[in-house]
Amino acid sequence: MNTISSAPSASQPPLAFRRSSLAYKPGLARNRWNLAFTGLATVFSIIAVLPLVLVLAYVLIRGGSLISLQLLTSLPPAPGLDGGGIGNAILGTLVVTLIASLIAIPVGVGGGIYLAEYSSSGPFAQFVRFGTNVLSGVPSIICGVFVYGLIVATRLFFDQSYSAMAGGIALSVLMLPTVIKTTDEALKLVPNELRWGAIGIGASRFVTIVRVTLPAAVSPIATGVVLAIARAAGETAPLIFTALFSPFWPEGVFNPIATMSVLIYNFAIMPYEAQIALAWAASFVLVVMILAANLFARWLGRFAQA
Amino acid sequence: MPSATAASQSQSVCLSLENVGISYGSTEAVRGVYMEIPHGQVTAFIGPSGCGKSTVLRALNRMNDLIEGCTLRGRVLFDGQDLYARDVDPVEVRRRIGMVFQKPNPFPKSIYENIAFGARINGYRGDMDELVERSLRKAAIWDETKDKLKESGYALSGGQQQRLCIARAIAIEPEVILMDEPCSALDPISTLKIEEMMHELKKSYTIVIVTHNMQQAVRVSDMTGFFNVTANAEGDGKVGCLEEFAPTEQIFNAPNQQATLDYVSGRFG
Amino acid sequence: MSTAPASDPFVLRRRPLQERLVDQGFQRLTVVLASLVGIVLLGILLTVAMGSREAMATFGLGFLTTSDWDPSGERYGAFTAIYGTIVTSVLSLLIAVPLGVGTAIFITENLIPLRIRLVLGVMVELLAAIPSVVLGLWAIFVMEPFLRPILGGLYTTLGWLPIFSTEPQGPGMAPAILILVVMILPIITAISRDSLQQVPPELRSAAYGVGTTRWDAILQVILPAAVSGITGGVMLALGRAMGETMAVTMIIGNSTNFSWSLLAPGNTISSMLANQFGEADGQQVSALMYAALVLMLLTLVVNVLAQWVVRRLSLKYS
Repeated sequence: MNTISSAPSASQPPLAFRRSSLAYKPGLARNRWNLAFTGLATVFSIIAVLPLVLVLAYVLIRGGSLISLQLLTSLPPAPGLDGGGIGNAILGTLVVTLIASLIAIPVGVGGGIYLAEYSSSGPFAQFVRFGTNVLSGVPSIICGVFVYGLIVATRLFFDQSYSAMAGGIALSVLMLPTVIKTTDEALKLVPNELRWGAIGIGASRFVTIVRVTLPAAVSPIATGVVLAIARAAGETAPLIFTALFSPFWPEGVFNPIATMSVLIYNFAIMPYEAQIALAWAASFVLVVMILAANLFARWLGRFAQA
Repeated sequence: MPSATAASQSQSVCLSLENVGISYGSTEAVRGVYMEIPHGQVTAFIGPSGCGKSTVLRALNRMNDLIEGCTLRGRVLFDGQDLYARDVDPVEVRRRIGMVFQKPNPFPKSIYENIAFGARINGYRGDMDELVERSLRKAAIWDETKDKLKESGYALSGGQQQRLCIARAIAIEPEVILMDEPCSALDPISTLKIEEMMHELKKSYTIVIVTHNMQQAVRVSDMTGFFNVTANAEGDGKVGCLEEFAPTEQIFNAPNQQATLDYVSGRFG
Repeated sequence: MSTAPASDPFVLRRRPLQERLVDQGFQRLTVVLASLVGIVLLGILLTVAMGSREAMATFGLGFLTTSDWDPSGERYGAFTAIYGTIVTSVLSLLIAVPLGVGTAIFITENLIPLRIRLVLGVMVELLAAIPSVVLGLWAIFVMEPFLRPILGGLYTTLGWLPIFSTEPQGPGMAPAILILVVMILPIITAISRDSLQQVPPELRSAAYGVGTTRWDAILQVILPAAVSGITGGVMLALGRAMGETMAVTMIIGNSTNFSWSLLAPGNTISSMLANQFGEADGQQVSALMYAALVLMLLTLVVNVLAQWVVRRLSLKYS
């Protein structure tokens, strides 16, 4: 059998590497570096998780201790007075988030369907995808400025300036990119065989999407939508000068409305103990709601994989 | 063809497996392996898929440590030292027992750096250019790469990448080279080149190779271990075991076990 | 959905008009909905640009380099806020990147048992879910009081440096930077973790196969292979840090007076918007819109750059 001509002869040159026993030698430079880096990564991870533990601890202890039925159902007190609650803010957060969802979910799912089902990576689809990425990077305060300029300053709705509607629209702009991306990605994961199967038996494109493709992707879409809603519920910046705030119960969607996030912002910088306590209580309610939504989304996601 | 005399039993033992069993979590992959792999020869592991031959191969240089929940029972001795003893440094083990993987896996670095990287972290202080050239020559890929040492290792074809990986393994001058189906992803011509190279390499190294290809085992190996899958004692699953370990010629011409005969003659499952 | 009549199923005929209309209508509807993204984006840009026309005409590019912010005297310059935006975001990034990448390595490499790693990963993700305004509240009442003696120590020992040259008196740039670190850490950790997990396992075995220690493999093989994703994540985090509003507004002090010192109260563009936009009128609105335009362009550049970097680097390493 031929051997390779270019190979050197079998006689080995002397070993260029120091050979030592197989035993682990802790004094070796490489082992000391290894230990040092492991220690460093451990310290970094602890530092990264510490704020979560501290924030949660403070919110749960300081906010949780204040929670009562009365607090959850009554209006905030006038400055300088004690007692009161955050009932209007809880209701307001639900209203504004609901408005945002009602706008962002149909638009986002529709846009996602276009990207995944109708566009074949044409220039328009490329532009929409690029735009989605850009939009998701637009600072949330800018969404507020946008809606202020578009709706509040122009008194677009029944000559009303600040309104729950304006706040909801601002939040929907924030939610939109997440919903589009989630839908697009979820639909792309649906195997093409499923689509061909439906089209092959004579179903129209519309029926295929609505009856076959969309149901197959519903769980990952739902996961993304729940996460987007949770994120929107905690947003403050787009609401400060769109939904504004109100010390009263909500008076329809075309009037200013209180929300928990704006309540926390307004009350945290007030010099009154009662208001600061309400800010902690609102933080507790908000964080519990958002964490619950996140855990729900996680559960939905697991459901999707099964 | 390797000669039968090469497989003589008088050779000294390089790796010795004593009642080795390996599990992934609670699933037993292989059990009861006794084996003495001789110095300076090519030992082939053959057998149907799922018989644990790759698992055993990876146990020989503690690559299984990287797999979560993988545990080993029994002992693996390398020149008489237990590789799984408490004070053994797996990094040192892998420097002495190199490995070539099923899929060519060069680093995303230049061809030169692919070779130099391992040498450097192993504390090589000599002439790096010379080491790179010598390693590439031994792996029979020098002529194809000498003009593009600065190019990415990914720029090579699959067969060239695999020879680069062999060069990378021999650059750190291990005593043993483990090869896990090194040709399964390659075309016949690349396979032939690597087989020719192995004849040359075994003058300097002990080689253990897992192969799906029985002809390849016949062509390159001196000793052959036939692994088989059997129902485990509990009857609730399958487990690999070493059916027969003997000189290659004996395994393929006159095996002691009926199962071996069935497998090598193609009358299997 | 069969449309053939029951009497003769083999006759091929056109689908009913209604079905075709629904089919086409639905497709058009999705096109319209998809283009809303572009319309909204354009709308944002137009609103902000139109709003800032007046200030642009009055102050020109000098707006970017002067630091007067005087609503009564109608003189506006955004340098303080631009300086604050860039300094807080870049410094928070410098702190958060090693922490985030280190944590990602800790979560992906098998340094500790899988169970603990999963819990750690979930905790970091939950940190990302905590609203900014809640972090701001925490920063005001917990972090800043705790930090003040430490920052005071910086002032007494390193006060000769311009960046530590003022006595910390509560809110300021330094606490804002630290709360930004808390806010962008989850993004950097999550994206770094995803990038590290996508490094092919073969590469890992290759590194260990030539006898690397764990950290040789991580630092010299695995991390370089994941660098495109990590860089993209870092850029996204930079964009997020620049636009982050609530927590920063609550803790930075909202001072329009310029100071080099990190211990002094400062301002960012977004905190200035949050703080003043509601009560502004006249030229101040236009000046704020101008600042918003600057912020938007800054984040736009960072985000587009992020996408470009990811595409470029991932070409190199795949």
